[in-house]
Amino acid sequence: MEKNMPSHSRRSFLKSSILAGGGLMISFSSLAKFRPKGLMNEANLPEQWYEITGYIKITPDNIIKILNPNPEFGQNVMTSLPMIVAEELDVDWDKILVEMGPHDNSKLGPQFTGGSNSIRMYWRPLREAGAAARQMLRESAAQTWGVPVEEVTTKSGMLYHEKSGKSGKYGEFASKAASLPIPKGVKLKDVKSFKVIRSSQKNVEGLKIVTGKPLFALDHMQEGMLIAMIQHPPAFGMKLKSFDAAETLKMPGIKDVFSLKLYEDGFEQGGFDTRTFNDLLVVTGNTTWEVMNARKKLKVNWEPISDTKDTMAGRGQKREVIVPGGLESTSTHLAKMAEYAKKPAQQLRKDGDPETAFKNAAKILERTYNAPFLAHNCMEPMNFFADVTEEKALLIGPLQAPGWIEPTLSKILKLPADKIEIQMTRMGGGFGLRAYGHYLVEAAIISKKAKAPVKLVYSREDDMTYGIYRPMYTATYRAALDANKNLIAFHVKGGGIPEHAIHANRFPAGAIDNYLAESWEIPSNITIGAFRAPRSNFNAAAEQSFLDELAELMGKDPIEFRLELLKRAKENPVGKNNEYDADRYAGVLKLVKEKSGWNNAEHKKYSRGVAAYFCHNSYAAHVVDIVKKDGQPYVERVFSAVDCGVVINPDAAINMVQGAVVDGIGNAFYGGLTFKDGVPEQNNFNRYRMIRLREAPKKIDVNFVQNDIDPTGLGEPPFPPVFAAVANALYKNTGKRFYNQPFINDLTKKS
Amino acid sequence: MATYTLKINGSTKKVDVDPATPVLWVLREHLNMQGTKYGCGVAMCGACTIHLNGTAVRSCQLPVSAIGNSEITTIEGLSKNGDHPVQKAWLEHDVAQCGYCQTGQIMTAAALLKTNPNPTDVQIEAAMSGNICRCGTYLRIKDAIKSAAKQK
Ligand code: FES
Ligand code: FES
Repeated sequence: MEKNMPSHSRRSFLKSSILAGGGLMISFSSLAKFRPKGLMNEANLPEQWYEITGYIKITPDNIIKILNPNPEFGQNVMTSLPMIVAEELDVDWDKILVEMGPHDNSKLGPQFTGGSNSIRMYWRPLREAGAAARQMLRESAAQTWGVPVEEVTTKSGMLYHEKSGKSGKYGEFASKAASLPIPKGVKLKDVKSFKVIRSSQKNVEGLKIVTGKPLFALDHMQEGMLIAMIQHPPAFGMKLKSFDAAETLKMPGIKDVFSLKLYEDGFEQGGFDTRTFNDLLVVTGNTTWEVMNARKKLKVNWEPISDTKDTMAGRGQKREVIVPGGLESTSTHLAKMAEYAKKPAQQLRKDGDPETAFKNAAKILERTYNAPFLAHNCMEPMNFFADVTEEKALLIGPLQAPGWIEPTLSKILKLPADKIEIQMTRMGGGFGLRAYGHYLVEAAIISKKAKAPVKLVYSREDDMTYGIYRPMYTATYRAALDANKNLIAFHVKGGGIPEHAIHANRFPAGAIDNYLAESWEIPSNITIGAFRAPRSNFNAAAEQSFLDELAELMGKDPIEFRLELLKRAKENPVGKNNEYDADRYAGVLKLVKEKSGWNNAEHKKYSRGVAAYFCHNSYAAHVVDIVKKDGQPYVERVFSAVDCGVVINPDAAINMVQGAVVDGIGNAFYGGLTFKDGVPEQNNFNRYRMIRLREAPKKIDVNFVQNDIDPTGLGEPPFPPVFAAVANALYKNTGKRFYNQPFINDLTKKS
Repeated sequence: MATYTLKINGSTKKVDVDPATPVLWVLREHLNMQGTKYGCGVAMCGACTIHLNGTAVRSCQLPVSAIGNSEITTIEGLSKNGDHPVQKAWLEHDVAQCGYCQTGQIMTAAALLKTNPNPTDVQIEAAMSGNICRCGTYLRIKDAIKSAAKQK
């Protein structure tokens, strides 16, 4: 077993290291010993570990292990976060072992994967942790050798004292270092001298992935574990009335059928608590296949829900939300949206006098854009393992933010937080959905009721029809031109079911004298939540398509038009609170222009579309090149430019951008979940079209703006502008503008 | 319930299951081989791909009663140490993001290269388009297959 050596109080270490990562506070006020997890495939490790900081362990024989604090869902933080530590610690990357950290916010920080925040949140704390550890090792060597600490240098996990010729491995000084107080304010490396950061390193779990090791929670097996599945209502707006489980209980391998409430009446929901359906009709049994089959034999009566009141207590303020009853359909949604779009809306931002400008306009361009609900469709369906007793709870599964769901669990299970252990597994995708832990809560209460360890499994159909979707959106854009075709006013009015997507303070706000942004919302009982770049994913699609059409009307090149607006926003910005940095925004446009050879005659065979966007503190632009393949428009190439500051792991970052581009093309062409009387009309991949290899581009050329700015998000920012770049290229290819997602509908429509 | 003796990865395994049970679940829950993944259950995603006598098949739609004497290969049996040319190429190109789809992708690719050691782009597209990657790693999958083809 591993033992932690006693050490001095570390309570002050990095206490003041607070980052403004989306308002999240990082407090490392208690870096005392933590409980190490089981070590896989590392049988030869020595027994004794000396803990130096919460992130780093160094054994006397110089095995260095770095803990990844943040959940991994494919953004590769298992590799990139430890790389940051290794850089400051001054050790060779290939000597490092990486381990997934336990869930412990008091020791490992916010532990939240989302908002493209992982790197941004941990950038400084991890650098400081690495630097502090290195400093302690130097101090330890200095004391041992009886030399001044300033004269002790490090290189690749070694300590040196040049004058005396003394040297030694980190491990030799680890025990002594562990007894030293953690220093404060250690100087960090100069960005220019990075060796590990900015070098491409392979995924530390690569071999486990390609050999099929049980990395995912759905792979979790345990003696005596039951499989549970939930039979949810066939439609949003319905709930359980009664059921007859006689046939189900006769089926082989079936243990029990029961119903449970997810939340008791009056439960105060936190910001990431969400209930798709509150009454859970649960089947438990020995194996997934048996439970799946037996579930089909349930005889259930469902009944419509009337309006219900939810108490939301998360994210700052407590408020009551009325969730409407009724069975909703996409056709009625569209009609309602068209109707709301004409009504007065809530003003989000106003500069100048847009009303007068529109009145005096020589020409007005007005266009409306629509986008459907989207299902996340993570390849690993939702699931969670739970072993809950009256005394304690163990939960193992895929979750983007364990710290957000723990208080909920604590309330529902009536257990203090220290009796709840959440283990984070590698996630088979997340895309925002796994920030909401309702499936974890479901697993927990099912286990408690069943008095057994339980793995809750969603079938693909459950996952798709029992989701927390990207909302349905619409937006109408208007632009006013004077007689000389100058842009004099801009107006956006956006709405959604049940949320709108407008970011009122983003480009082109700040670049136009008369500007108005408004929004409205239609309540719905269809549950929604974060989906890769929430709101931005539609906002960018609509706005960047509109700007393209506007540029054309004004007789301008779409890139030059944007650059002109950005110049204005930089030199003489309109209004306050403009969220973006006009220079960095222009930077990605210039880079993509250069890399794509925009306007070069050699690319004539392509129909080219461009779009750019700012979100999650980063900037991205794409040029999409479309050709006809088998008579259909096909995105053959994409050029991307991204500014996310320092890139930690370049090849992995390229992978992420390429993935975002493929995801964007796929959702733009095919994505969409529609409803008929509350029933999702797509319930598996035979109806919900996903982009396939043959539809992916042949080439995605990813370019990063080179600068030394502290890193910002990457998982989300490249995604939103893809939709518009595709739409703009489609226009060039087909002569038609694409206003409604998914574009495949208009493409296949007979004209 | 019925007893089946299955040839899997060069050894024989006995299971006592309902004849309709898909091989996917036999592997995952009766034989504790978790490398073969569940993604859709309706043969639309490829996550569950195995080899049946060397051919790539979707194990989620393959009842155990249909196997008979056929030889099953799963990702666990593709190579001893993860050193099948396709696995090596996957690592070289650092293909995976979340990684969930990748064992299925690798099994499909390995079967393709067995029958067609030098596939064209179009042949790769045809063979691989039954495997969904939600993370969008398709370009690297294609590149890795080409590298693996060269290695052979
Ligand atoms: S699980 Fe078999 S193809 Fe999807
Ligand atoms: S790597 Fe995530 S689904 Fe393919």
